[in-house]
Amino acid sequence: MSEKTETTRRVLAEYTYEAAPVERGYTGQTLYVNLSDNTIDAKPVTDVMKEKFIGGRGFGLWLLWHGVDADTKWDDPENELIISSGPCGGTTQYPGSGKSLVVSLSPLTDVVIDSNVGGHFGPLLKFAGWDAIEIQGKAEEDVIVVIDGANGRVTIEDASDAPVDTYPVNHWMIDQMTEKEEDRYFMSVVSSGIGADNTRMGCLNFSYYDRKRKAPRFKQAGRGGTGTVLRDKRVKALVVRSDPVRGDSNHPAVPERLARVGTKMHKEIHDYDDVQCRMRHGGTTYLVQIMNDHDLLPVHNFKYGSHPDAPKINSTVWEDRFAKGLTDGCWYGCTLSCTHAVDEFVPRTGPFKDQPVLVDGPEYETLGGVGSNCGIFDPDDIVEMNFYCDNYGMDTISFGTGTAFVMECYEAGVLDKEKTGGLELNFGNADAALELLHQMARGEGFGKIAGQGIRRMKEYFVEEFGADPQFVQDIGMEAKGLEYSEYVTKESLAQQGGYGLTNKGPQHDEAWLIFMDQVNNQIPTFEDKAEALHYYPMFRTWFGLCGFCKVIWNDIVPPDNSETDEPAKVPEHVQNFVDVFSGVTGREINKDDLIEMSEVVYNFQRVFNIRLGHGRRDHDDIPYRSVGPVTVEEYESRSERYDKQLREILDLDPEQMTTEEKMAALREHREDQYERLKDAVYERRGWTKDGVPTVETLEKLGIDFPDVVAVVEKAL
Amino acid sequence: MKVLSYDPELCVGCYVCEDVCSETWFKVPDAEKSSVRIQEKEGEVLLSAVFCNQCGACIDVCPTEALYRDRRGIVRLRKKLCVGCLSCVGFCPYDAMFYHPDQTEPFKCIVCGKCADECPNDALAVVDVDTPPQ
Repeated sequence: MSEKTETTRRVLAEYTYEAAPVERGYTGQTLYVNLSDNTIDAKPVTDVMKEKFIGGRGFGLWLLWHGVDADTKWDDPENELIISSGPCGGTTQYPGSGKSLVVSLSPLTDVVIDSNVGGHFGPLLKFAGWDAIEIQGKAEEDVIVVIDGANGRVTIEDASDAPVDTYPVNHWMIDQMTEKEEDRYFMSVVSSGIGADNTRMGCLNFSYYDRKRKAPRFKQAGRGGTGTVLRDKRVKALVVRSDPVRGDSNHPAVPERLARVGTKMHKEIHDYDDVQCRMRHGGTTYLVQIMNDHDLLPVHNFKYGSHPDAPKINSTVWEDRFAKGLTDGCWYGCTLSCTHAVDEFVPRTGPFKDQPVLVDGPEYETLGGVGSNCGIFDPDDIVEMNFYCDNYGMDTISFGTGTAFVMECYEAGVLDKEKTGGLELNFGNADAALELLHQMARGEGFGKIAGQGIRRMKEYFVEEFGADPQFVQDIGMEAKGLEYSEYVTKESLAQQGGYGLTNKGPQHDEAWLIFMDQVNNQIPTFEDKAEALHYYPMFRTWFGLCGFCKVIWNDIVPPDNSETDEPAKVPEHVQNFVDVFSGVTGREINKDDLIEMSEVVYNFQRVFNIRLGHGRRDHDDIPYRSVGPVTVEEYESRSERYDKQLREILDLDPEQMTTEEKMAALREHREDQYERLKDAVYERRGWTKDGVPTVETLEKLGIDFPDVVAVVEKAL
Repeated sequence: MKVLSYDPELCVGCYVCEDVCSETWFKVPDAEKSSVRIQEKEGEVLLSAVFCNQCGACIDVCPTEALYRDRRGIVRLRKKLCVGCLSCVGFCPYDAMFYHPDQTEPFKCIVCGKCADECPNDALAVVDVDTPPQ
């Protein structure tokens, strides 16, 4: 791809501007692009936006709220795709300060999705003069949007010559837009692929240039189909370029505060990562063994929690496969460096067959999703699916969980070879899974059905194949339309809520409470669980308002963390974040303030969902597979545990009961527990029993804007 | 290759080296801007010195290839490429990479020898070693 091809970039619309200087983490304006009428304009960032919505996901929600109405669907031109980092995004001194949030109406859930992602786009967008980009409308033909901060120019350009898939389109962009190696340093591309054209689970790939490998690398905004929205708008790529990044590009209020807390954190990582999670060596792959050891690794569509072959895909394998001595951070200064890659991988299928490629990952979620959950334990097969999901612009989690569902349906007789067009989708059949992936991306055969996601597959299987509605509902691991991420929750009621009592659907970035709940038994009562399901989702929401990454919080901890009052909260690191936020913005906050900052945005998002006809108690329901055993063999695989619970909690005698009777009794109990959890959590969050934030809650949070209150009043 | 060496037996704690270093590179006498730091350690009679021994651990952690080893074996910083992340400061095994709020880039000893020249007791010296220390 080094030869420059002769392609004329035809400009359809142009907007010139003088990049606003960044002051204390904000440029003070957002970029609005309408692809239907080729409008490009600047919008001011208001004081309310900064004070109440902070940035990132908050800005995305605020802009989207004003861009759509109660009837807008994901594929209406009015839907928007918004990308924003946040005030701390672009900080180089503190590790993990380069994240972006993508917000849109989701093709999978029909409500708001927020998906966090690394890579350089968000920070460089800010350094190009914009706190967010808001894309509305639909282009008639394929386009690219170029934000050239270095020259103060935004263009919408015809992109009919450009490839769609992420790897080729990135090389095409590099070829088109750069002369010298250095030109690639401060450029980032957001792209997707044909998988986003043909499925609802399209992801966005955010690039950054790896100077040591001399190649573009990709981080994924995986969840909720934001790539599908990008392609529905006929965008092949968003490209941003900025002036070179410097240590003070974000123009923080108190630089020395960032330097102090940043160097302390770098040193902590240097001293302790090797003996803690080894993120610098294997990234999040270390979780495979831990989850397997605790019966939490999803195996065969979450039926089981461990597998004898799990060591074949644990971190020892990946530490071997990942290149060493490279700086695998997805933003400058991230010394936790979890974003590893497999170099010179040669796929055995698909358009890149027999060609060496650089594959980003795999990370834990991909290993759990396309690996153990599908019964696939060959590292090469996993890397290949990882690669093609990225290249085609498909979420590895939705693909993995969706394929696991298909495989269970196949083994249960809901599907057969005829229905799948010849694919023998048994657990462990990597050839079939790969073929399914290619078919999904191309929108062909059974892949076209699978690409719609589990919620729509369930309906289709019932209507077209006569599947038992209860069975597919029970085993279809989706809630709100979003596929589950990769943790088994059956023995953790709190984590059932961590997945179910969410705004966007079952994604672990809201709350991960399994160890606190199931392993360490630190939150035994409903009140304890409700408190945890208040604090942690709010705390984690805050990362996405500011531009921070979660892994710096608790995938490394201070050596004396266990001696603190609340080790699960990692108090020292929370204080670090407070220091960085205040150091950047000049706004002094404390540890409690950040929870309230998140409550504003979290409740606003809940109201947003209600406005769209969702966001009520019923919408927080979860499939029974995430609560307890659906099938006889599933019960019997843990019969000792379940029998004990029947005896001790329900005062029943399992010896006198059939397995079916035991399953029914356990189910009744567990489903009741989940409903009681809903009550406790809603109360703690200041919501009604139907899950609607009260007007008092909105008033307390200062978001009792007339249009917000109107939505709530209608719902009460 | 040349590295700085220090003999605590000869050091009298005059701190001239710190002033000389900061004068040379920052045009001000300011210990906080010196790439060599003389320290008293609790419970120890002798002073100690902190400065870069050119081991190069920082090169691996630099995300922009701003840190490199020059032809003489000295680890140096290309300021133009530095994004001020200070990863090198936290990852220096000897705490010998420094920063100061007045600039975004870190700084370190590049064996210019000025401090050794001015050291009244020859506690500091520039010496030849065969390979970079680990």
